[in-house]
Amino acid sequence: MIEFKNVYFAYDEKLILKNISFKVNASEALVIMGPSGSGKSTILRLILGLECPQKGDIIIEDKNICRMKESQKQNIRKKIGMVFQDGALFDSLSIWENVGYYLLEHTNMSVEEIGQKAIKMLGFVGLDAQEIMDKLPEQLSGGMQRRVAIGRALLSTNPKVMLYDEPTTGLDPQSAENVLGLIKKLHHEISIATIVVTHQIADAVALADRFIVIVEGEVVFDGNLEELSRCNQPKVKGFLAPFRKSFFKVAQKKFIEI
Amino acid sequence: MFNNISYLRKELTIFKAINKWLKNFAYELQNMFFFSLRMLGAMFSRPFYFSETKEQLYLIGVGSLYLIVLTGIFAGQGFALAFSVELALFGAKDYLGRIMVLAIIRELGPVLTSLMIAARVAAGITAELGAMKSSNQIDAMVAFGIDPIKKLAVPRLISLIIMVPALTIICDIIALFGGYIISVFIAHVSSTMYWSSVREKLIFGNIFIGLLKPAVFSFVIAFIACYKGFTSAGGTKGVGRATTDSVVLTSITILMVNFFITRVVFALLKGYLL
Ligand SMILES: Nc1ncnc2c1ncn2[C@@H]1O[C@H](COP(=O)(O)OP(=O)(O)OP(=O)(O)O)[C@@H](O)[C@H]1O
Ligand SMILES: [Mg+2]
Repeated sequence: MIEFKNVYFAYDEKLILKNISFKVNASEALVIMGPSGSGKSTILRLILGLECPQKGDIIIEDKNICRMKESQKQNIRKKIGMVFQDGALFDSLSIWENVGYYLLEHTNMSVEEIGQKAIKMLGFVGLDAQEIMDKLPEQLSGGMQRRVAIGRALLSTNPKVMLYDEPTTGLDPQSAENVLGLIKKLHHEISIATIVVTHQIADAVALADRFIVIVEGEVVFDGNLEELSRCNQPKVKGFLAPFRKSFFKVAQKKFIEI
Repeated sequence: MFNNISYLRKELTIFKAINKWLKNFAYELQNMFFFSLRMLGAMFSRPFYFSETKEQLYLIGVGSLYLIVLTGIFAGQGFALAFSVELALFGAKDYLGRIMVLAIIRELGPVLTSLMIAARVAAGITAELGAMKSSNQIDAMVAFGIDPIKKLAVPRLISLIIMVPALTIICDIIALFGGYIISVFIAHVSSTMYWSSVREKLIFGNIFIGLLKPAVFSFVIAFIACYKGFTSAGGTKGVGRATTDSVVLTSITILMVNFFITRVVFALLKGYLL
């Protein structure tokens, strides 16, 4: 579904990603972890074709997005839902217009119909639609904005891939739980390929069974939870060290569940 | 001897700095050129965003109206006042209308209107697009399969192409009326004298230049303002810098282009300007 083949990427002259290779199948969930500034968001931007790698190929649905024309890229993007790290809601549009953005732009549905769908979607992401639908994004709390952003990404014509950039960062535990539940529900119910970037090890374990750890632009680990807990590579250990305890607690809990 | 070397080194760094600056300048110019081409291309291809264009027409046109009216009133009267005194010295007050037409329709109307719009609208466009860029909204738009040049830049370009000439005409008319007030009440030229002298110079060539200029300036404003907005980087500070750059650059470019149009059109339209 999505494949990175020896991708190198640099901003100006600064090399950000070095020789990144991995593959995500349709209906697979993958978590990307790594320290701040290691290049996680950049990977998502590359998948969307917002940037192009200097070297290497990115294959999406058997097509190389790096070699596409802008118009072809747009067709691919319509199949990808993306939740940006900061939400990136359109601040001059109301909440329901944000949620219904894709339908407003790409379909001939009537405004009423789209409004109905937006209300339903807001309920789906756990928000009180009647209360907030006519407000502007700035009038919502950060956590609510994040959920609106997720709703916006979902309310397109059947995304085949969902990309989440740190969906729970800065949320209170309850909202974080809701958002995680939502991501999981989507992944299982509609079975779309899901890539989640996160710092939270607990979230990571809750969401996926495959993990990639990126440190300084290099993939230092790619495997499942058991492999991760046994991984002896210094860089991986270094990254995991701060949450060693909680990590094992979560890991154990997970194994007991299984 | 050592002094010499350090002197040389200093010279080299200056040379390098100039070289770097020139390279950046050429690079920027080239990018802006290609960006402008993309905007032009996007103008003639689907989809068209009518409601955005309507909104921009309103914001740019109606929103700038008060500014243009004030500009026209005061520029026209000030100009007429200064010249009526000077013309009176030569006993040529009756020519005030002709001079007003030449000055207002050919030069002041287009330039002042465009500068005012550059200050108000170019700043607005750059700041708005820059803020959208820095909060990832433009990327989000692209991620939804929408071309931000078509959705954001083209409606502004079209609105400017329509509104800058329209506002120029309004500015011209108001300035001519300002001249009329001065000539009748202060310079004591009769109303018929003023208007007939105005009409003498309202000929094809002058009107043509007077409309060609704002049309060209509207492209200048749209290209520079949108380019600066889309390429702003560096957060809030970057948006501020881009906005300043945008106003400065559009204003200077308008003045330079104005000179060249006057120069070229004079050469080409000699017979129609008498
Ligand atoms: N527009 C840009 N221009 C130049 N450098 C950039 C740009 N965006 C990101 N970078 C650099 O790229 C590197 C990776 O950034 P990225 O946003 O991918 O990190 P990240 O892993 O998502 O970090 P975080 O966890 O803090 O979100 C950083 O070192 C950053 O400085
Ligand atoms: Mg990031």
